[in-house]
Amino acid sequence: MEERQLTCIGCPMGCQVTVTIDQGEVKTVTGNTCKRGEIYARKEVVDPTRIVTSTVRVTGGTEPVVSCKTASDIPKGKIFDCCRELAKVEVAAPIKIGDVLLENVCGTGVDIVATRDLPVA
Amino acid sequence: MKHYDLVIVGGGPAGLAAAVAARDNGIDDILILERDNKLGGILNQCIHNGFGLHTFKEELTGPEYASRFIQQVLERGIDYKMNTMVMDISPEKVVTAMNATDGMFTIPAKAVILAMGCRERSRGALNIPGYRPAGIFSAGTAQRLVNMEGQMPGKKVVILGSGDIGLIMARRMTLEGAKVEVVAELMPYSGGLKRNIVQCLQDFDIPLKLSHTVVNIEGKERVEAVTIAKVGPDRRPIPGTEERYECDTLLLSCGLIPENELSKGSGVTLNPVTSGPVVNDALETSVEGIFACGNVLHVHDLVDFVSQEAANAGAYAARYIRQGEKTDVRTVPVRGIDGVRYTVPSTIRPEEMQDTVTVRFRVGDVYRDSAVVTCIDGREISRRRKKVFAPGEMEQVILKKEDLADAKIGEITIRIEKEA
Repeated sequence: MEERQLTCIGCPMGCQVTVTIDQGEVKTVTGNTCKRGEIYARKEVVDPTRIVTSTVRVTGGTEPVVSCKTASDIPKGKIFDCCRELAKVEVAAPIKIGDVLLENVCGTGVDIVATRDLPVA
Repeated sequence: MKHYDLVIVGGGPAGLAAAVAARDNGIDDILILERDNKLGGILNQCIHNGFGLHTFKEELTGPEYASRFIQQVLERGIDYKMNTMVMDISPEKVVTAMNATDGMFTIPAKAVILAMGCRERSRGALNIPGYRPAGIFSAGTAQRLVNMEGQMPGKKVVILGSGDIGLIMARRMTLEGAKVEVVAELMPYSGGLKRNIVQCLQDFDIPLKLSHTVVNIEGKERVEAVTIAKVGPDRRPIPGTEERYECDTLLLSCGLIPENELSKGSGVTLNPVTSGPVVNDALETSVEGIFACGNVLHVHDLVDFVSQEAANAGAYAARYIRQGEKTDVRTVPVRGIDGVRYTVPSTIRPEEMQDTVTVRFRVGDVYRDSAVVTCIDGREISRRRKKVFAPGEMEQVILKKEDLADAKIGEITIRIEKEA
């Protein structure tokens, strides 16, 4: 039986959560104060994921970059690959919030979407 | 120049939420003045996620959160002027401002909401020894450079201060290919949220050195190295503990200060602890008809709470514009003691207040297994236990109108008490 201490990142409360794992299987989750904490803890010890937020270069817009994010969480181990992919992307203005800027980033099945509007200069 | 019922100084999260609430409370004649070239304030450069869990029940990035409120302002046809700098607010609520198209102009208003936000503590205010080369930025400046202007401030980075912006920038710089050597924090605890320690530092193996500070900066043209040292309980560096880091950039995340130069000019009384205006339960300052909300009032950790507070300020300003102010009402002071550094508001008017008033505060140290205890003239009316209270996280207590009915009440105190 292995015990792991985690800080939940589901919200700013930052609950201290204790997870017990037996042969790769989560047995108990304690210390969380909401359902979100349990979901986070169960995932974090087996398959940790994160939402990645970044920017990509823009041509012809009022600003040189537009902010973006992964539409849902991707495996933690793919964060740097994702950022390296984004460094190669260049999109043309105008951009609307929610526009897909890159499909299926690093084979995760997750799209990169714009998080703001960016009009033509 | 045209007269307005309500002038809101600042078009960031506080100004936007205040404007929406004032309109929804029946005020048609509202003007927002914003010095930047767009609405949304600091949220525009906060491209990370984690905003809006309270307000929208989903996790948004800063620009997405701002766009929801900007949309509400646009839908309501609320007037705003951008690229406009407010120069003065008089006690009679005449706002003087200027921009490139209108020149200098004055706007008489029935009520004013202060929503100017805060600014970062600078190197000059920190007294860091060493040379003054290029490569020293506040964390927020670096954030703007990277996220809005597409520029990297440097490649090898040391960060002083573990405020949330510093933690967020440690991750952001790392993702953009920089090497963040260390985050040094003067205090024995971090000033940032726990979740940010985990997802911004631990995820990327960036060391956090508590009770450490910068004692030297090397480099004449550009930063070449930064030396940090351990500090004792007196927060002075301990000789012999110096560690030198070669780097080209030093980011400072050492606290935020409400920006109240305009407030001072209007005669508003400031609280020396928060550096923000002293307000009552209606978020009204010491000058009748001038209200304050958001980071100009006290520095918040969550924008959701800024939006709530600002919506209250907007609603109270609307009530003031419609009904004027009752004079000679009973006022009860609220005081933070024993670990509670301040409270907002600092006075309550039991006859005028809503059914409940949220009192927000910060603690002065880390308190474990303790309770926040609220008393009226020493008599306990509420108690809430918590495992950890930390200065980086804003706390709150909700006061009920029914508890304050007694006309003889002298004061309300809020304190932190250690529990067995």
